[in-house]
Amino acid sequence: MGIEVAVEGLTMSFGKQNIWQDVSLTLPAGEVSVMLGPSGTGKTVFLKSLIGLLKPQRGRVLINGVDMVGGREKDIYETRKLFGLMFQDGALFGSMSLFDNIAFPLREHTRKRESEIRRIVMERIELVGLLGAEGKLPGEISGGMRKRAGLARALVLDPQIVLCDEPDSGLDPVRTAYLSQLLIDLNARIDATMLIVTHNLDIAATVPDNMGMFFRRELVTFGPREVLLTSEEPVVTQFLAGRREGPIGMSEEKDAATLAAEADGAAASPPPGPRAIAPQLEPSPGLPPRAAVGRRRERVLGMLDTLPPAARAAIEDTYARHAAAPTVSLPAAGSGS
Amino acid sequence: MIGGALRQTGRLFALAAEVSRAVFRRPFQLREFVEQFWFVASVTILPAALVSIPFGAVIALQVGSLTQQLGAQSFTGGASVLAVIQQASPLIVALLISGAAGSAICADLGSRKIREELDAMEVMGVSPVQRLVVPRVLATMAVAVLLNGMVSVVGTLGGYFFNIVLQGGTPGAYLASFSALAQLPDLYISELKALIFGFIAGIVAAYRGLNPRGGPKGVGDAVNQAVVITFMLLFFVNMVLTGIYLQIVPPKGG
Ligand SMILES: Nc1ncnc2c1ncn2[C@@H]1O[C@H](COP(=O)(O)OP(=O)(O)O)[C@@H](O)[C@H]1O
Ligand SMILES: [Mg+2]
Repeated sequence: MGIEVAVEGLTMSFGKQNIWQDVSLTLPAGEVSVMLGPSGTGKTVFLKSLIGLLKPQRGRVLINGVDMVGGREKDIYETRKLFGLMFQDGALFGSMSLFDNIAFPLREHTRKRESEIRRIVMERIELVGLLGAEGKLPGEISGGMRKRAGLARALVLDPQIVLCDEPDSGLDPVRTAYLSQLLIDLNARIDATMLIVTHNLDIAATVPDNMGMFFRRELVTFGPREVLLTSEEPVVTQFLAGRREGPIGMSEEKDAATLAAEADGAAASPPPGPRAIAPQLEPSPGLPPRAAVGRRRERVLGMLDTLPPAARAAIEDTYARHAAAPTVSLPAAGSGS
Repeated sequence: MIGGALRQTGRLFALAAEVSRAVFRRPFQLREFVEQFWFVASVTILPAALVSIPFGAVIALQVGSLTQQLGAQSFTGGASVLAVIQQASPLIVALLISGAAGSAICADLGSRKIREELDAMEVMGVSPVQRLVVPRVLATMAVAVLLNGMVSVVGTLGGYFFNIVLQGGTPGAYLASFSALAQLPDLYISELKALIFGFIAGIVAAYRGLNPRGGPKGVGDAVNQAVVITFMLLFFVNMVLTGIYLQIVPPKGG
């Protein structure tokens, strides 16, 4: 079973530049979470802080009782072995073939025989659809392939916490759909706690159990997916709709004057109605059901009173429909379209 | 400004300490060490040999001319050999180790850093210092010692050749003056210098390579700085070591 990641009051600055402050959230054990946010809001910095590569000035990240921010270097190194991190650009070793890249963690941390390593690595390579490319150097393949190789490397030790930094960028829509399915299947298979940073609205709508969003140096919200998907917060609606009108501007945030001018113009456009929530993906046929589903249900139903009405309605709706057809997966969603 | 310089110096020493500790951590990265040793040796040996022949010659000629004026021709051999072994050779080594080996190491680590390879390593629970920096520093030290030996021999032979052929010295007098002026500690200090130079060059190159500022241009700047900083450090350390040596080891001729 995955491990819970508890973030408490995290604040990060580079010199005078504050990236985000007072971020608190809990990634529930074994569940899939997605973090949204415009470019440059510090999502990558957040992932790197979780794993202890960057050290925020204040706050704690607790994993199995180890503080990844202020804990002892030795404990942090040990705890990192629980992680698989897929970097935004793959971060493959340029001098090694894809095969050796993916085999690296196995050769470092296990005493497996070479034949065993070969079997595991080839299985992962097949999983991310890179069969035939295993002998190539990272410089000889496309960006999307590098990312998938990075994912395979992150998965090779069966991590209990998986962090993916924009797994979709550089992938075409079809591959992105496959990737969404891959992530859900992965969760069903190893029950790892997963955090995915993405801009992709399809992934955001269909993959996670929980969602959060960074904006203006803060965590705008984090909670069950229904909360964000039904939110009326202008940043969230703008981001989810991919509109220009709203607080998110081209460079950073828009200034007040532009916003006011926009508000006048926006009155003409129809007000957004209640948005339909797409059903969450189910694991592919043949895989076990996701263990996190039951745990999440307990958790979410337990916190129902604290949620906004729209989110509550959406959750009750989802679970009512699920109750009618308890564990039967939706084949249409399962095909990864 | 001064605070920044102090902080950098502090981090440099911290890295030096970390490397020294990591040297003893298993498993030793033998393959990486051998590869780096070959690499550093291959980029430094030929230029070192080519530089040391004229260097030995210049020193032999200069010392020869001086001793002639002082009426001490018989000491030409020993004096020029001392100059070669104690000063010229370690400095040639410093030059090549920082210029050729240090710049390559810095550029290599720097480009790995900006490609996030080093972060990836740390995330996988593998220390880049133990895995990459230690073999490079050790390889640089080993090559420095080897190179110093080679430069001493080649420089001495060059000096011998020029003294005998151009200045009409006699082989017998040249060799005899050896035993009059030179002693084994001269050779030890020379190799010790080379060892320390190799360590410093390796550490500075690694330090700048691990901390490039922003993008590929930052790596270029880092390489440049690594070479300049190493240079200044090595010349300074050479002065200190020479001073200490001359104080504590009595000269043979005296
Ligand atoms: N190592 C660093 N040093 C200084 N500033 C950094 C560093 N890493 C990231 N930043 C800054 O932090 C901000 C957020 O970056 P990032 O986390 O990459 O955003 P994104 O949400 O697009 O992933 C950017 O303004 C970037 O310039
Ligand atoms: Mg990013």
